[in-house]
Amino acid sequence: MRQVMPIFKKEFKAYFVSPIAYIVIAIFLLVTGWFFFATFFLLNQASLRNFFSLLPIIFSFIIPAITMRLVSEELNVGSYETLLTMPVTFTDVVFGKFLASVGFIAVMLIPTLAYPFSVAMLGQLDWGPVTGGYLGAILLGAAFSAIGLFSSALTRNQIIAFIIGMLICFTLTLIDKMLFFLPRSLLSIFVYLGADSHFQNISKGIIDSRDILYFFSVCFIGLYSAHLALQEKH
Amino acid sequence: MIHVENLTKYFKDLCAVDHINFDIQKGEVLGLLGPNGAGKTTTLRMLTGFLRPSSGNIRVKEYTIDQHFLEIKKILGYLPESAPLYHDMLVYDYLKYVADIREIDSEQKIPRMRQTADLCGINEVMHQPIAELSKGYKQRVGLASAMMDDPEILVLDEPTSGLDPNQIVEIRKIIRRIAKEKTIILSTHILSEAEATCDRIVIINQGKIVADGSTENLKQTFHSKNLLDLCLQKADFKSVAQELASISGIENITQVEASDKNLCVRIVCHPSSDPRAEIYNTIKRTEWILLDFHRKTQTLENIFRELTREN
Repeated sequence: MRQVMPIFKKEFKAYFVSPIAYIVIAIFLLVTGWFFFATFFLLNQASLRNFFSLLPIIFSFIIPAITMRLVSEELNVGSYETLLTMPVTFTDVVFGKFLASVGFIAVMLIPTLAYPFSVAMLGQLDWGPVTGGYLGAILLGAAFSAIGLFSSALTRNQIIAFIIGMLICFTLTLIDKMLFFLPRSLLSIFVYLGADSHFQNISKGIIDSRDILYFFSVCFIGLYSAHLALQEKH
Repeated sequence: MIHVENLTKYFKDLCAVDHINFDIQKGEVLGLLGPNGAGKTTTLRMLTGFLRPSSGNIRVKEYTIDQHFLEIKKILGYLPESAPLYHDMLVYDYLKYVADIREIDSEQKIPRMRQTADLCGINEVMHQPIAELSKGYKQRVGLASAMMDDPEILVLDEPTSGLDPNQIVEIRKIIRRIAKEKTIILSTHILSEAEATCDRIVIINQGKIVADGSTENLKQTFHSKNLLDLCLQKADFKSVAQELASISGIENITQVEASDKNLCVRIVCHPSSDPRAEIYNTIKRTEWILLDFHRKTQTLENIFRELTREN
């Protein structure tokens, strides 16, 4: 596990030496900023609920765009061969890349801290849900990163990796809004599978072990599948 | 140093490497030769742990590839074919990243990087993005990264492919320089390169080893025919065949080329005989003009062609 650090550093730096990081962050801030402030003054409430309620949908397409290059690019260029013949394990590779993506998401969220601070100046802001919201955002980002990493490990084509990752993330986000299509006996399972409700719970400031566990399990499944997908190519 | 036993690799139903056995001694430079698709790269990829063998065993020093995966990778430096690197990194950053992964002490890191950069001649491109480098420099950066940890074994997959003649000479010089203290396995399909750089040559064809030995050894083993080429003026094939047929040791005479002026024939002699003096004397007695007369030596190229010809 000692090789996680150099891989993390390299991947994290790679985001910022290419224009991807800046484009993705700009799009993210533009979309969240627009949707948040478009209705903010109409609602006339000093809360960030609107911002956090949109986050799962926005993350569903932003995060696969962040993770799509992680493995696909290496497979395409062939540097994957160089990487795997250095003294690293699959676990090092998967964790290093995963942490780089989570780190990037954390950086991407930093500018949005301007929202709670400016809202706090306008009214009485309850910081509990805000803290929970950011914690939830990181957890959700990590879970979607794991899924994105998995889809990136499937193919050497970054666009396909993006589409597969986005499909899975969107399904997880929207599944509990389409429950009326499903038989009643399966309802409780699909409610639990939906990422949105778990995230909304945390962003209300309620830290429930079930929600935390959900995100950890999605991360685990995603990373383990990525691990398997890499091993398959071995 | 390296012991390969019954190494086999299947890609679905296609057998890429078929029960290969060989040993490599410490300090040896082994050249893996073969036509395209013979299984050279697959063999090297299995040696470096990138591909898992379908069956068979690889032992490097006291390690086996199934159990000591990481230990083997630590003592082995690998330059894959066409040196795939991260394009948006600077050469300096890339070498530092490799040094980090290979766990070189922080105090030794910079001196070691400087040393390999000197050896591979990449000092002047250290602060350029890899994407902007020429093919030759990319190859050298790949070589530098393979040698970063001062590995005991270097595996080079077609280290000179796609380079211009000057760069080829440069890379060969580097290989020669490092060959003094390291065990090197390199694959190539350029025969002169194998002859110039390798102590020992293994020729593989369709996944099987067809020859194994030093260049001299191979030449001796496969030196089955004794051929003489003769080019004459003012001569016709019939009379030449007649005149030369009486000389002992000559088995066969064939016409290779004939024009209005010149006649070229190939003479097959018995392996143990040398009828050159007699042939010369015979020619002297006639009106023919001798343009060219030489013995055809069995080159590595001929051996290679013979061994790897498609059936």
